[in-house]
Amino acid sequence: MDIIACIKRVAATDSKIKIGADGKSIDPAGVEFVLNPYDEYAVEQALRTKEAAGKGSVTVVALGGADVQKELRTCLAMGADKAVLIKDGGVAHDAYSTAEILAAWIKTVPHDLVFCGRQAVDGDNSQTGARLATLLGMSCVTDVEKLALDGNTFTAERAIEGGREVVKGTLPAVLTTDKGLNEPRYPNLKGIMAAKKKPLEELAAAAVAPASKVASLALPPERPPVKMLGEGAAAVGALIAALRNEAKVL
Amino acid sequence: MSKIVAVVAEARGGKVKKPSLEAVSAARELAGKCGGEVVVLVAGAGLDPAKTELARSGAARVVALESPVLASYSGDGYCAVLVEALEPLAPAAVLMPHTAMGKDLMPRISAALGTGLVSDVTALHFDDGRFGATKPVFAGKAYQKSYMERTPFMATLRPNNFEARAGGGGAAVETRAPALTQEMLKAIVADVVSASSGSVPLSEAKVVVAGGRGLKGPEHWHLLEELAQAFGPGVAAVGATRAIVDAGWRPHDEQVGQTGKTVAPTLYIAAGLSGAIQHIAGMRTARYIVAINKDKDAPIFKVADYGIVGDVFEVLPALTAAVKQALA
Repeated sequence: MDIIACIKRVAATDSKIKIGADGKSIDPAGVEFVLNPYDEYAVEQALRTKEAAGKGSVTVVALGGADVQKELRTCLAMGADKAVLIKDGGVAHDAYSTAEILAAWIKTVPHDLVFCGRQAVDGDNSQTGARLATLLGMSCVTDVEKLALDGNTFTAERAIEGGREVVKGTLPAVLTTDKGLNEPRYPNLKGIMAAKKKPLEELAAAAVAPASKVASLALPPERPPVKMLGEGAAAVGALIAALRNEAKVL
Repeated sequence: MSKIVAVVAEARGGKVKKPSLEAVSAARELAGKCGGEVVVLVAGAGLDPAKTELARSGAARVVALESPVLASYSGDGYCAVLVEALEPLAPAAVLMPHTAMGKDLMPRISAALGTGLVSDVTALHFDDGRFGATKPVFAGKAYQKSYMERTPFMATLRPNNFEARAGGGGAAVETRAPALTQEMLKAIVADVVSASSGSVPLSEAKVVVAGGRGLKGPEHWHLLEELAQAFGPGVAAVGATRAIVDAGWRPHDEQVGQTGKTVAPTLYIAAGLSGAIQHIAGMRTARYIVAINKDKDAPIFKVADYGIVGDVFEVLPALTAAVKQALA
């Protein structure tokens, strides 16, 4: 079983976002960058799947700059066998070009299963996994919260509005991982030491330009100032009056 | 020939839900700006109710792709029949709501058509002959505006954000039977498990009552549930912070915030939660926000419209009783 996990380096979710001088990107000063939270589930699921199969490989791949080496090493320390950094040459790729570039590389290596996080918590697009599956002609389930593999077939569960879908399909597949699928492991000291000796290959991205051009990035409008209505249960009457007369929601 | 703005409508159980009608309205407005007409496509089985509804949505034409093979959702199957129908139309733009199905299907269609897609869009633009969109990024901590440089322009639209305007008119409905067989499908929905009846999905609820660590334990969650029920059946849903979900008190699908759901209800009641940056990101676009917290300096008060400083164990039961009385 040859498994690929796609990862991205993103601003941590507790980051305060400031707009950069170009008005089109964030100001990275003071922002902590981490492995995208949903990708942790992708890497964990890749490792568990290989462990259950008892053989095969887990390769973790990222499109980005040299600084993504840190997150790739973290994945190697978790237990991945190999890491690949596809260098973006400073281009801010969108979902279109990211998927085209990743698919071009995946075609060159053995792949039974590809795991991606449900979405990266920077662009919040949730596109890469489903695009990859289409470009590679593989089956696909997005937002997987529960997964069972049985030989060449899989059963996956995903949340939809007001319920859950149980999806059955065949390998090879691209599956995107949601919170709840597993509990990602922390790298231990042995893993961290071993990761230093594991291969981290660097290559140039295929020449694909993004489909879209960012015109501006702006902070959301400020909310109006709060009206403090008082303390304890005694303030409930004022709240009901405000909801009824001002907000008109009661 | 006029430009075509295509809408992929979502039919579940043969019926069209509100987010798809919002997408048709948004498409009509975009078509008005670019001098085009709206063509709605819908895939599934037993689509008669959907066809009737879509025919009066204000679209110029409706194309229904009907086959028993499409009775259950298959991402690759739906993608194949929709791409087959879209290619000869050569649309200038393709829109669909950003629902579980839209999120799953549109990236596939977009990849198959060799173009880009803007996800979870809150505003559409047509300026100087270019299609563009504004979307929240970093879970709403910022908004990104972009223009598409490939054709067609594609976007999934955030539900409850675009108004579903009355359509009128009787669009011509064309029904086609795509030549798709079960054997061609790579993955298909085998079963749909409905959530308990009477509960409204968090993302569709008009009122959300959310709690955090101030509730002190899962055994006190009923205080939030009772307040939600006080708004009447099908109105309010209960949400939780990441801390609550990570502690195992509540399931992940109830989490509001950057690694959970983004919600935009009319009323959001935040009880016993401090307002971490990643939580506020998931609820700051609510129309009205009420915060109840013991700590008068809690960050949640900075985004709230109305604040009460107090103990949730005292305020929540009083509020539940008052809401019941107000709605009686």
